Amino acid sequence: MEAKLNAEKADWSEFPYLENQEDVISVQRGPQPGGVGGAYRAFGETLRGLRTTFARVLEGPVTIQYPEEKTPVYPRFRGRHKLHRFEDTGLEKCVGCSLCAAACPADCIRVVAAENDPDHRVSAGERYAEVYEINLSRCIFCGYCEVACPFDAITMGHDYEMSDYNRSDLIFTKEMLLAEPIDRAPLRREGE
Amino acid sequence: MSLPLADVNYVEATWVMVVKSIIIFLGVFAIVPILTVAERKLIGRLQNRYGPNRVGPVGLVQPLADIVKLAGKEMFRPDAAVPFLYAIAPAIVIFSGIITLAILPFGNVQDGIGLYGIDVSIGVLYFFAFSSISFYGLLLAGWSSGSKYSFLGAMRSAAQLISYEVSMGLALLGVVLMTGSLSLTSIVDAQGGIWNIVPQIVGFLLFMIAGFAETNRAPFDLPEADAELVQGYMTEYGGMRFGSYLLAEYLEMFVVSGIAVTFFLGGWMGPGPGWLDPVWMVLKTLTLVAFFIWVRATLPRLRYDQLMSLGWKVMLPLATLNILVTAVIVTVS
Repeated sequence: MEAKLNAEKADWSEFPYLENQEDVISVQRGPQPGGVGGAYRAFGETLRGLRTTFARVLEGPVTIQYPEEKTPVYPRFRGRHKLHRFEDTGLEKCVGCSLCAAACPADCIRVVAAENDPDHRVSAGERYAEVYEINLSRCIFCGYCEVACPFDAITMGHDYEMSDYNRSDLIFTKEMLLAEPIDRAPLRREGE
Repeated sequence: MSLPLADVNYVEATWVMVVKSIIIFLGVFAIVPILTVAERKLIGRLQNRYGPNRVGPVGLVQPLADIVKLAGKEMFRPDAAVPFLYAIAPAIVIFSGIITLAILPFGNVQDGIGLYGIDVSIGVLYFFAFSSISFYGLLLAGWSSGSKYSFLGAMRSAAQLISYEVSMGLALLGVVLMTGSLSLTSIVDAQGGIWNIVPQIVGFLLFMIAGFAETNRAPFDLPEADAELVQGYMTEYGGMRFGSYLLAEYLEMFVVSGIAVTFFLGGWMGPGPGWLDPVWMVLKTLTLVAFFIWVRATLPRLRYDQLMSLGWKVMLPLATLNILVTAVIVTVS
Protein backbone atom coordinates (compact mmCIF):
# COMPACT_ATOMS: atom_id res chain seq x y z
CA MET A 1 0.00 0.00 0.00
CA GLU A 2 1.58 3.25 -1.07
CA ALA A 3 0.77 6.46 0.70
CA LYS A 4 1.65 10.01 -0.25
CA LEU A 5 2.77 11.84 2.83
CA ASN A 6 1.40 15.15 1.62
CA ALA A 7 -2.09 13.79 1.35
CA GLU A 8 -2.02 12.64 4.95
CA LYS A 9 -0.60 15.76 6.64
CA ALA A 10 -3.40 17.36 8.55
CA ASP A 11 -2.15 20.89 8.96
CA TRP A 12 -0.89 22.55 5.78
CA SER A 13 -0.48 26.01 7.27
CA GLU A 14 2.88 24.98 8.68
CA PHE A 15 4.14 23.80 5.32
CA PRO A 16 2.42 26.01 2.72
CA TYR A 17 5.22 25.52 0.23
CA LEU A 18 4.68 21.75 0.25
CA GLU A 19 0.96 21.63 -0.22
CA ASN A 20 0.81 21.04 -3.93
CA GLN A 21 4.29 19.67 -4.30
CA GLU A 22 5.01 16.19 -5.39
CA ASP A 23 6.29 13.97 -2.61
CA VAL A 24 9.97 13.50 -2.12
CA ILE A 25 9.62 10.37 -0.05
CA SER A 26 7.12 7.68 -0.77
CA VAL A 27 6.38 5.65 2.34
CA GLN A 28 5.49 2.02 2.07
CA ARG A 29 3.12 1.11 4.88
CA GLY A 30 1.99 -2.36 5.84
CA PRO A 31 -1.71 -3.00 6.24
CA GLN A 32 -3.30 -2.35 9.62
CA PRO A 33 -2.94 -5.31 11.96
CA GLY A 34 -5.87 -7.19 13.43
CA GLY A 35 -9.40 -7.63 12.25
CA VAL A 36 -10.81 -10.08 9.75
CA GLY A 37 -8.38 -8.89 7.07
CA GLY A 38 -5.52 -9.47 9.48
CA ALA A 39 -6.62 -13.02 10.17
CA TYR A 40 -7.01 -13.67 6.44
CA ARG A 41 -3.54 -12.29 5.70
CA ALA A 42 -2.04 -14.23 8.61
CA PHE A 43 -3.48 -17.42 7.15
CA GLY A 44 -2.02 -16.65 3.73
CA GLU A 45 1.35 -15.75 5.18
CA THR A 46 1.38 -18.96 7.20
CA LEU A 47 0.88 -20.95 4.02
CA ARG A 48 3.65 -18.95 2.37
CA GLY A 49 5.93 -19.77 5.29
CA LEU A 50 5.11 -23.47 5.04
CA ARG A 51 5.86 -23.37 1.32
CA THR A 52 9.17 -21.66 2.01
CA THR A 53 10.34 -24.29 4.46
CA PHE A 54 9.15 -27.11 2.23
CA ALA A 55 11.18 -25.70 -0.64
CA ARG A 56 14.24 -26.21 1.59
CA VAL A 57 13.50 -29.95 1.68
CA LEU A 58 13.54 -30.07 -2.11
CA GLU A 59 16.81 -28.13 -2.17
CA GLY A 60 18.50 -30.72 -0.02
CA PRO A 61 21.09 -30.23 2.70
CA VAL A 62 24.02 -27.92 2.09
CA THR A 63 26.01 -29.33 5.01
CA ILE A 64 29.60 -30.33 4.32
CA GLN A 65 30.17 -33.26 6.63
CA TYR A 66 33.63 -32.18 7.60
CA PRO A 67 35.84 -35.10 8.47
CA GLU A 68 34.55 -37.04 5.47
CA GLU A 69 33.98 -34.15 3.09
CA LYS A 70 36.31 -31.19 3.03
CA THR A 71 35.80 -27.68 1.82
CA PRO A 72 38.10 -27.12 -1.16
CA VAL A 73 40.57 -24.30 -0.58
CA TYR A 74 41.52 -21.55 -3.00
CA PRO A 75 44.94 -21.74 -4.67
CA ARG A 76 46.11 -18.73 -2.66
CA PHE A 77 44.86 -20.17 0.62
CA ARG A 78 47.52 -19.72 3.30
CA GLY A 79 47.79 -22.96 5.18
CA ARG A 80 50.69 -24.75 6.82
CA HIS A 81 54.16 -23.76 5.57
CA LYS A 82 56.22 -25.92 3.32
CA LEU A 83 59.99 -25.85 2.78
CA HIS A 84 61.18 -26.73 -0.67
CA ARG A 85 64.07 -28.50 -2.32
CA PHE A 86 65.44 -28.08 -5.83
CA GLU A 87 63.76 -30.75 -7.88
CA ASP A 88 66.85 -31.66 -9.93
CA THR A 89 69.56 -31.70 -7.27
CA GLY A 90 67.46 -32.38 -4.21
CA LEU A 91 69.25 -29.60 -2.32
CA GLU A 92 67.31 -27.41 0.06
CA LYS A 93 66.42 -24.00 -1.24
CA CYS A 94 66.76 -22.41 2.19
CA VAL A 95 70.12 -20.75 2.75
CA GLY A 96 69.52 -19.81 6.38
CA CYS A 97 69.40 -16.06 5.82
CA SER A 98 66.77 -15.55 8.57
CA LEU A 99 64.85 -12.97 6.55
CA CYS A 100 61.66 -14.89 7.20
CA ALA A 101 62.32 -14.77 10.92
CA ALA A 102 62.92 -11.04 10.66
CA ALA A 103 59.72 -10.53 8.71
CA CYS A 104 57.58 -12.65 10.99
CA PRO A 105 55.23 -10.41 13.00
CA ALA A 106 54.37 -13.20 15.41
CA ASP A 107 58.02 -14.07 15.97
CA CYS A 108 57.37 -17.75 15.50
CA ILE A 109 60.26 -18.72 13.18
CA ARG A 110 63.65 -19.73 14.53
CA VAL A 111 66.55 -20.20 12.15
CA VAL A 112 70.07 -21.26 13.08
CA ALA A 113 72.36 -21.15 10.09
CA ALA A 114 75.50 -23.22 9.52
CA GLU A 115 78.26 -23.31 6.84
CA ASN A 116 77.80 -25.87 4.11
CA ASP A 117 80.33 -28.65 3.92
CA PRO A 118 81.41 -28.69 0.21
CA ASP A 119 81.45 -32.52 0.21
CA HIS A 120 77.99 -32.95 1.69
CA ARG A 121 76.03 -29.96 0.59
CA VAL A 122 72.66 -29.43 2.23
CA SER A 123 71.64 -26.29 0.42
CA ALA A 124 72.65 -24.61 -2.81
CA GLY A 125 74.14 -21.54 -1.16
CA GLU A 126 77.12 -20.96 1.14
CA ARG A 127 75.14 -21.61 4.26
CA TYR A 128 72.13 -23.70 5.16
CA ALA A 129 69.57 -23.78 7.94
CA GLU A 130 70.80 -26.16 10.59
CA VAL A 131 67.70 -25.51 12.64
CA TYR A 132 64.49 -24.31 11.06
CA GLU A 133 61.51 -24.29 13.38
CA ILE A 134 58.07 -22.74 13.07
CA ASN A 135 55.91 -22.55 16.15
CA LEU A 136 52.49 -23.06 14.59
CA SER A 137 50.68 -22.25 17.81
CA ARG A 138 52.00 -18.68 17.42
CA CYS A 139 51.84 -18.40 13.63
CA ILE A 140 49.13 -16.08 12.32
CA PHE A 141 49.40 -17.35 8.73
CA CYS A 142 50.04 -13.88 7.31
CA GLY A 143 52.41 -15.15 4.63
CA TYR A 144 55.10 -12.50 5.24
CA CYS A 145 57.75 -15.21 5.47
CA GLU A 146 56.84 -16.34 1.99
CA VAL A 147 57.13 -12.76 0.72
CA ALA A 148 60.41 -12.15 2.52
CA CYS A 149 62.15 -15.29 1.24
CA PRO A 150 64.59 -14.44 -1.57
CA PHE A 151 64.78 -18.05 -2.83
CA ASP A 152 61.12 -19.13 -2.61
CA ALA A 153 62.30 -21.69 -0.09
CA ILE A 154 59.28 -21.32 2.15
CA THR A 155 55.72 -21.12 0.86
CA MET A 156 52.34 -21.38 2.46
CA GLY A 157 50.74 -24.73 1.70
CA HIS A 158 47.07 -25.68 1.64
CA ASP A 159 47.07 -27.91 4.69
CA TYR A 160 44.85 -26.63 7.47
CA GLU A 161 44.38 -29.64 9.72
CA MET A 162 47.03 -28.93 12.32
CA SER A 163 45.36 -29.31 15.70
CA ASP A 164 47.22 -31.29 18.29
CA TYR A 165 47.08 -32.14 21.96
CA ASN A 166 50.36 -30.54 23.02
CA ARG A 167 51.79 -27.14 22.36
CA SER A 168 55.22 -28.68 21.95
CA ASP A 169 53.89 -30.86 19.12
CA LEU A 170 52.98 -27.72 17.23
CA ILE A 171 56.60 -26.66 16.86
CA PHE A 172 57.34 -27.95 13.36
CA THR A 173 60.94 -28.81 12.63
CA LYS A 174 62.73 -28.57 9.30
CA GLU A 175 62.16 -32.24 8.51
CA MET A 176 58.42 -31.93 9.10
CA LEU A 177 58.21 -28.81 6.95
CA LEU A 178 60.20 -30.41 4.14
CA ALA A 179 58.02 -33.53 4.08
CA GLU A 180 54.91 -33.60 1.94
CA PRO A 181 51.77 -33.28 4.09
CA ILE A 182 49.95 -36.61 4.40
CA ASP A 183 46.38 -35.36 4.01
CA ARG A 184 46.21 -32.84 1.29
CA ALA A 185 43.40 -30.35 1.37
CA PRO A 186 41.29 -30.43 -1.80
CA LEU A 187 41.98 -27.53 -4.11
CA ARG A 188 39.16 -25.44 -5.44
CA ARG A 189 38.72 -25.85 -9.18
CA GLU A 190 38.23 -23.01 -11.62
CA GLY A 191 34.89 -21.38 -11.09
CA GLU A 192 34.02 -23.37 -7.97
CA MET B 1 -32.53 -49.24 37.29
CA SER B 2 -28.99 -49.88 36.31
CA LEU B 3 -26.01 -47.97 37.59
CA PRO B 4 -25.00 -44.99 35.44
CA LEU B 5 -21.87 -46.66 34.17
CA ALA B 6 -20.28 -45.56 30.94
CA ASP B 7 -22.16 -47.22 28.12
CA VAL B 8 -19.65 -49.34 26.23
CA ASN B 9 -20.64 -50.33 22.72
CA TYR B 10 -18.73 -53.58 22.50
CA VAL B 11 -17.39 -55.74 25.32
CA GLU B 12 -14.74 -58.46 25.06
CA ALA B 13 -13.15 -60.89 27.44
CA THR B 14 -10.86 -59.31 30.00
CA TRP B 15 -7.73 -61.04 28.74
CA VAL B 16 -8.37 -59.75 25.24
CA MET B 17 -8.57 -56.21 26.53
CA VAL B 18 -5.38 -56.65 28.55
CA VAL B 19 -3.48 -58.07 25.59
CA LYS B 20 -4.60 -55.42 23.15
CA SER B 21 -3.91 -52.59 25.58
CA ILE B 22 -0.38 -53.94 26.01
CA ILE B 23 0.02 -54.13 22.25
CA ILE B 24 -1.21 -50.55 21.74
CA PHE B 25 0.95 -49.31 24.61
CA LEU B 26 4.10 -50.99 23.36
CA GLY B 27 3.40 -50.10 19.76
CA VAL B 28 3.02 -46.43 20.47
CA PHE B 29 5.96 -46.45 22.85
CA ALA B 30 8.05 -47.84 20.05
CA ILE B 31 6.83 -45.06 17.79
CA VAL B 32 7.62 -42.24 20.22
CA PRO B 33 11.45 -42.60 20.23
CA ILE B 34 11.36 -42.87 16.46
CA LEU B 35 9.35 -39.66 16.43
CA THR B 36 12.04 -37.82 18.36
CA VAL B 37 14.73 -38.69 15.84
CA ALA B 38 12.33 -38.22 12.93
CA GLU B 39 11.51 -34.73 14.17
CA ARG B 40 15.16 -33.76 14.40
CA LYS B 41 15.96 -35.18 10.99
CA LEU B 42 12.90 -33.62 9.38
CA ILE B 43 13.59 -30.21 10.90
CA GLY B 44 17.13 -30.59 9.65
CA ARG B 45 15.88 -31.20 6.12
CA LEU B 46 13.55 -28.23 6.42
CA GLN B 47 16.58 -26.12 7.28
CA ASN B 48 18.94 -27.40 4.57
CA ARG B 49 20.89 -29.67 6.88
CA TYR B 50 21.00 -33.38 7.71
CA GLY B 51 20.04 -33.56 11.37
CA PRO B 52 21.49 -36.34 13.53
CA ASN B 53 23.19 -38.94 11.33
CA ARG B 54 26.14 -40.11 13.41
CA VAL B 55 24.72 -42.67 15.86
CA GLY B 56 24.01 -45.92 14.09
CA PRO B 57 22.82 -46.18 10.49
CA VAL B 58 21.62 -42.73 9.37
CA GLY B 59 21.34 -41.73 13.02
CA LEU B 60 18.50 -44.11 13.85
CA VAL B 61 20.02 -45.18 17.17
CA GLN B 62 20.08 -41.56 18.35
CA PRO B 63 17.00 -41.92 20.65
CA LEU B 64 18.67 -44.85 22.38
CA ALA B 65 21.70 -42.70 23.09
CA ASP B 66 19.46 -39.88 24.34
CA ILE B 67 17.49 -42.17 26.62
CA VAL B 68 20.63 -43.79 28.03
CA LYS B 69 22.07 -40.35 28.67
CA LEU B 70 18.90 -39.13 30.42
CA ALA B 71 18.47 -42.32 32.43
CA GLY B 72 22.06 -42.16 33.58
CA LYS B 73 21.62 -38.71 35.07
CA GLU B 74 21.02 -37.90 38.69
CA MET B 75 17.43 -37.60 39.93
CA PHE B 76 18.01 -34.08 41.09
CA ARG B 77 15.55 -32.10 43.18
CA PRO B 78 16.09 -28.44 44.09
CA ASP B 79 15.87 -27.41 47.75
CA ALA B 80 12.94 -25.08 47.15
CA ALA B 81 10.82 -27.79 45.52
CA VAL B 82 7.85 -29.51 47.15
CA PRO B 83 9.07 -33.12 47.07
CA PHE B 84 5.87 -35.09 46.52
CA LEU B 85 4.31 -32.81 43.93
CA TYR B 86 7.64 -32.36 42.20
CA ALA B 87 7.90 -36.12 41.79
CA ILE B 88 4.30 -36.78 40.81
CA ALA B 89 3.94 -34.01 38.20
CA PRO B 90 5.78 -35.83 35.36
CA ALA B 91 3.87 -38.98 36.25
CA ILE B 92 0.56 -37.16 35.78
CA VAL B 93 1.64 -35.88 32.38
CA ILE B 94 2.74 -39.30 31.19
CA PHE B 95 -0.34 -40.97 32.66
CA SER B 96 -2.78 -38.68 30.94
CA GLY B 97 -0.92 -39.05 27.67
CA ILE B 98 -1.00 -42.83 27.78
CA ILE B 99 -4.59 -43.10 28.94
CA THR B 100 -5.93 -41.08 26.01
CA LEU B 101 -4.34 -43.66 23.74
CA ALA B 102 -7.01 -46.09 24.88
CA ILE B 103 -9.77 -44.50 22.85
CA LEU B 104 -7.83 -44.11 19.60
CA PRO B 105 -9.51 -46.55 17.20
CA PHE B 106 -7.03 -48.36 14.95
CA GLY B 107 -9.78 -50.30 13.24
CA ASN B 108 -13.28 -51.60 13.67
CA VAL B 109 -14.31 -54.88 15.25
CA GLN B 110 -12.55 -57.67 13.36
CA ASP B 111 -12.90 -61.37 14.20
CA GLY B 112 -14.63 -60.39 17.41
CA ILE B 113 -11.84 -58.10 18.53
CA GLY B 114 -12.14 -54.34 18.38
CA LEU B 115 -8.89 -52.78 17.20
CA TYR B 116 -8.93 -50.11 19.89
CA GLY B 117 -8.30 -49.91 23.61
CA ILE B 118 -11.86 -49.23 24.59
CA ASP B 119 -14.83 -47.79 22.75
CA VAL B 120 -16.42 -45.49 25.27
CA SER B 121 -19.68 -43.78 24.42
CA ILE B 122 -18.32 -40.52 25.83
CA GLY B 123 -15.30 -40.68 23.51
CA VAL B 124 -14.62 -36.98 23.03
CA LEU B 125 -15.26 -36.07 26.64
CA TYR B 126 -12.82 -38.78 27.72
CA PHE B 127 -10.16 -37.24 25.51
CA PHE B 128 -10.81 -33.74 26.85
CA ALA B 129 -10.95 -34.88 30.46
CA PHE B 130 -7.55 -36.50 30.33
CA SER B 131 -5.86 -33.92 28.19
CA SER B 132 -6.98 -31.34 30.74
CA ILE B 133 -5.50 -33.44 33.51
CA SER B 134 -2.16 -33.34 31.72
CA PHE B 135 -2.18 -29.58 32.28
CA TYR B 136 -2.33 -30.26 36.01
CA GLY B 137 0.97 -32.00 35.56
CA LEU B 138 2.45 -28.90 33.98
CA LEU B 139 0.93 -26.58 36.58
CA LEU B 140 2.14 -28.70 39.48
CA ALA B 141 5.56 -29.00 37.92
CA GLY B 142 5.85 -25.26 37.54
CA TRP B 143 4.57 -24.48 40.98
CA SER B 144 6.32 -27.20 42.95
CA SER B 145 9.72 -26.53 41.41
CA GLY B 146 10.01 -23.34 43.44
CA SER B 147 11.58 -21.47 40.55
CA LYS B 148 10.44 -18.30 38.87
CA TYR B 149 10.97 -19.58 35.35
CA SER B 150 9.00 -22.72 36.08
CA PHE B 151 6.23 -20.73 37.66
CA LEU B 152 5.97 -18.37 34.70
CA GLY B 153 5.83 -21.36 32.39
CA ALA B 154 3.06 -22.89 34.47
CA MET B 155 1.08 -19.63 34.43
CA ARG B 156 1.39 -19.50 30.70
CA SER B 157 0.24 -23.06 30.26
CA ALA B 158 -2.78 -22.35 32.46
CA ALA B 159 -3.69 -19.30 30.39
CA GLN B 160 -3.15 -21.29 27.22
CA LEU B 161 -5.36 -24.08 28.50
CA ILE B 162 -8.38 -21.87 29.15
CA SER B 163 -7.95 -20.06 25.84
CA TYR B 164 -7.66 -23.09 23.63
CA GLU B 165 -9.48 -25.97 25.26
CA VAL B 166 -12.78 -24.19 24.58
CA SER B 167 -12.23 -23.71 20.86
CA MET B 168 -10.81 -27.21 20.61
CA GLY B 169 -13.99 -28.69 22.05
CA LEU B 170 -16.19 -26.51 19.88
CA ALA B 171 -14.18 -27.48 16.81
CA LEU B 172 -14.96 -31.15 17.40
CA LEU B 173 -18.58 -30.46 18.24
CA GLY B 174 -19.41 -29.90 14.59
CA VAL B 175 -18.40 -33.47 13.79
CA VAL B 176 -20.31 -34.76 16.80
CA LEU B 177 -23.42 -32.93 15.60
CA MET B 178 -23.11 -34.44 12.15
CA THR B 179 -22.54 -37.96 13.44
CA GLY B 180 -24.91 -37.82 16.36
CA SER B 181 -22.54 -39.83 18.53
CA LEU B 182 -19.59 -39.22 20.82
CA SER B 183 -18.11 -42.67 20.25
CA LEU B 184 -14.99 -42.51 18.12
CA THR B 185 -15.74 -45.73 16.25
CA SER B 186 -19.19 -44.51 15.20
CA ILE B 187 -17.63 -41.22 14.12
CA VAL B 188 -15.21 -43.08 11.85
CA ASP B 189 -17.98 -45.37 10.60
CA ALA B 190 -20.02 -42.33 9.63
CA GLN B 191 -17.19 -41.18 7.34
CA GLY B 192 -17.60 -44.10 4.93
CA GLY B 193 -18.86 -41.87 2.14
CA ILE B 194 -16.94 -38.64 2.56
CA TRP B 195 -14.35 -37.67 5.11
CA ASN B 196 -15.38 -35.06 7.62
CA ILE B 197 -12.57 -32.76 6.54
CA VAL B 198 -14.65 -31.69 3.54
CA PRO B 199 -17.78 -30.42 5.30
CA GLN B 200 -15.88 -29.53 8.48
CA ILE B 201 -12.75 -27.89 7.04
CA VAL B 202 -13.11 -24.96 9.45
CA GLY B 203 -13.42 -27.35 12.37
CA PHE B 204 -10.35 -29.24 11.19
CA LEU B 205 -8.21 -26.12 10.93
CA LEU B 206 -9.38 -24.87 14.32
CA PHE B 207 -8.71 -28.25 15.88
CA MET B 208 -5.22 -28.39 14.44
CA ILE B 209 -4.41 -24.87 15.66
CA ALA B 210 -5.77 -25.68 19.10
CA GLY B 211 -3.85 -28.95 18.92
CA PHE B 212 -0.59 -27.05 18.64
CA ALA B 213 -1.54 -25.16 21.79
CA GLU B 214 -2.67 -28.36 23.48
CA THR B 215 0.64 -30.11 22.89
CA ASN B 216 2.67 -26.97 23.75
CA ARG B 217 4.41 -27.00 20.43
CA ALA B 218 5.55 -24.21 18.18
CA PRO B 219 4.11 -21.69 17.46
CA PHE B 220 2.33 -22.00 20.82
CA ASP B 221 5.22 -23.28 22.90
CA LEU B 222 5.09 -20.35 25.29
CA PRO B 223 5.04 -22.56 28.40
CA GLU B 224 8.36 -24.02 27.29
CA ALA B 225 9.85 -21.04 25.45
CA ASP B 226 13.47 -22.14 25.62
CA ALA B 227 14.66 -18.68 24.67
CA GLU B 228 13.06 -16.65 27.43
CA LEU B 229 11.92 -19.15 30.08
CA VAL B 230 14.65 -21.78 29.66
CA GLN B 231 12.10 -24.57 29.12
CA GLY B 232 9.50 -23.11 31.51
CA TYR B 233 7.93 -25.69 33.81
CA MET B 234 10.68 -28.20 32.99
CA THR B 235 13.53 -25.92 34.07
CA GLU B 236 14.25 -27.63 37.38
CA TYR B 237 13.84 -31.16 36.11
CA GLY B 238 16.67 -33.41 35.08
CA GLY B 239 17.34 -36.99 34.15
CA MET B 240 14.47 -39.29 33.33
CA ARG B 241 11.88 -36.95 34.85
CA PHE B 242 12.83 -34.42 32.24
CA GLY B 243 12.80 -37.24 29.72
CA SER B 244 9.27 -38.16 30.68
CA TYR B 245 8.12 -34.65 29.79
CA LEU B 246 9.68 -35.04 26.38
CA LEU B 247 8.10 -38.45 26.04
CA ALA B 248 4.72 -37.04 27.04
CA GLU B 249 5.05 -34.24 24.52
CA TYR B 250 5.58 -36.64 21.64
CA LEU B 251 2.91 -38.96 22.96
CA GLU B 252 0.42 -36.10 23.11
CA MET B 253 1.39 -35.05 19.63
CA PHE B 254 0.61 -38.58 18.46
CA VAL B 255 -2.69 -38.64 20.34
CA VAL B 256 -3.86 -35.25 19.11
CA SER B 257 -2.96 -36.23 15.55
CA GLY B 258 -4.79 -39.51 16.06
CA ILE B 259 -7.89 -37.71 17.29
CA ALA B 260 -7.73 -35.35 14.33
CA VAL B 261 -7.45 -38.32 11.96
CA THR B 262 -10.35 -40.05 13.67
CA PHE B 263 -12.60 -37.02 13.53
CA PHE B 264 -11.70 -35.48 10.20
CA LEU B 265 -9.56 -37.75 8.05
CA GLY B 266 -11.62 -40.90 8.08
CA GLY B 267 -9.73 -42.76 10.81
CA TRP B 268 -8.86 -46.25 9.64
CA MET B 269 -10.66 -45.87 6.31
CA GLY B 270 -8.52 -46.62 3.31
CA PRO B 271 -8.27 -48.92 0.33
CA GLY B 272 -7.18 -52.51 0.83
CA PRO B 273 -8.29 -55.41 3.01
CA GLY B 274 -9.45 -55.04 6.59
CA TRP B 275 -6.15 -55.94 8.21
CA LEU B 276 -4.64 -52.82 6.63
CA ASP B 277 -6.88 -50.59 8.76
CA PRO B 278 -4.40 -50.03 11.62
CA VAL B 279 -1.69 -49.32 9.07
CA TRP B 280 -3.82 -46.64 7.46
CA MET B 281 -4.62 -45.16 10.85
CA VAL B 282 -0.95 -45.01 11.89
CA LEU B 283 0.10 -43.68 8.49
CA LYS B 284 -2.43 -40.87 8.56
CA THR B 285 -1.49 -40.04 12.13
CA LEU B 286 2.21 -39.93 11.32
CA THR B 287 1.47 -37.65 8.37
CA LEU B 288 -0.21 -35.22 10.73
CA VAL B 289 2.70 -35.55 13.15
CA ALA B 290 4.99 -34.62 10.26
CA PHE B 291 2.78 -31.59 9.73
CA PHE B 292 3.30 -30.65 13.40
CA ILE B 293 7.05 -30.85 12.82
CA TRP B 294 6.83 -28.90 9.59
CA VAL B 295 4.97 -26.10 11.35
CA ARG B 296 7.52 -26.10 14.14
CA ALA B 297 10.27 -25.52 11.62
CA THR B 298 8.31 -22.70 10.00
CA LEU B 299 6.48 -20.47 12.43
CA PRO B 300 7.98 -18.26 15.13
CA ARG B 301 6.60 -18.31 18.65
CA LEU B 302 3.62 -16.06 19.27
CA ARG B 303 3.75 -13.31 21.84
CA TYR B 304 1.64 -13.83 24.93
CA ASP B 305 -1.03 -11.26 24.04
CA GLN B 306 -1.14 -12.47 20.44
CA LEU B 307 -1.83 -15.96 21.73
CA MET B 308 -4.68 -14.67 23.85
CA SER B 309 -6.22 -12.54 21.13
CA LEU B 310 -5.97 -15.37 18.60
CA GLY B 311 -7.66 -17.74 21.01
CA TRP B 312 -10.48 -15.49 22.14
CA LYS B 313 -11.01 -13.09 19.25
CA VAL B 314 -10.51 -15.32 16.23
CA MET B 315 -10.81 -18.98 17.10
CA LEU B 316 -13.68 -18.90 19.57
CA PRO B 317 -16.03 -16.86 17.32
CA LEU B 318 -15.08 -18.98 14.31
CA ALA B 319 -15.68 -22.22 16.18
CA THR B 320 -19.01 -20.97 17.47
CA LEU B 321 -20.06 -19.88 14.00
CA ASN B 322 -19.00 -23.24 12.63
CA ILE B 323 -21.19 -25.07 15.13
CA LEU B 324 -24.09 -22.73 14.48
CA VAL B 325 -23.97 -23.32 10.73
CA THR B 326 -23.50 -27.06 11.19
CA ALA B 327 -26.40 -27.25 13.63
CA VAL B 328 -28.70 -25.38 11.27
CA ILE B 329 -27.72 -27.59 8.32
CA VAL B 330 -28.07 -30.79 10.36
CA THR B 331 -31.49 -29.72 11.62
CA VAL B 332 -32.77 -28.68 8.22
CA SER B 333 -31.57 -31.71 6.28
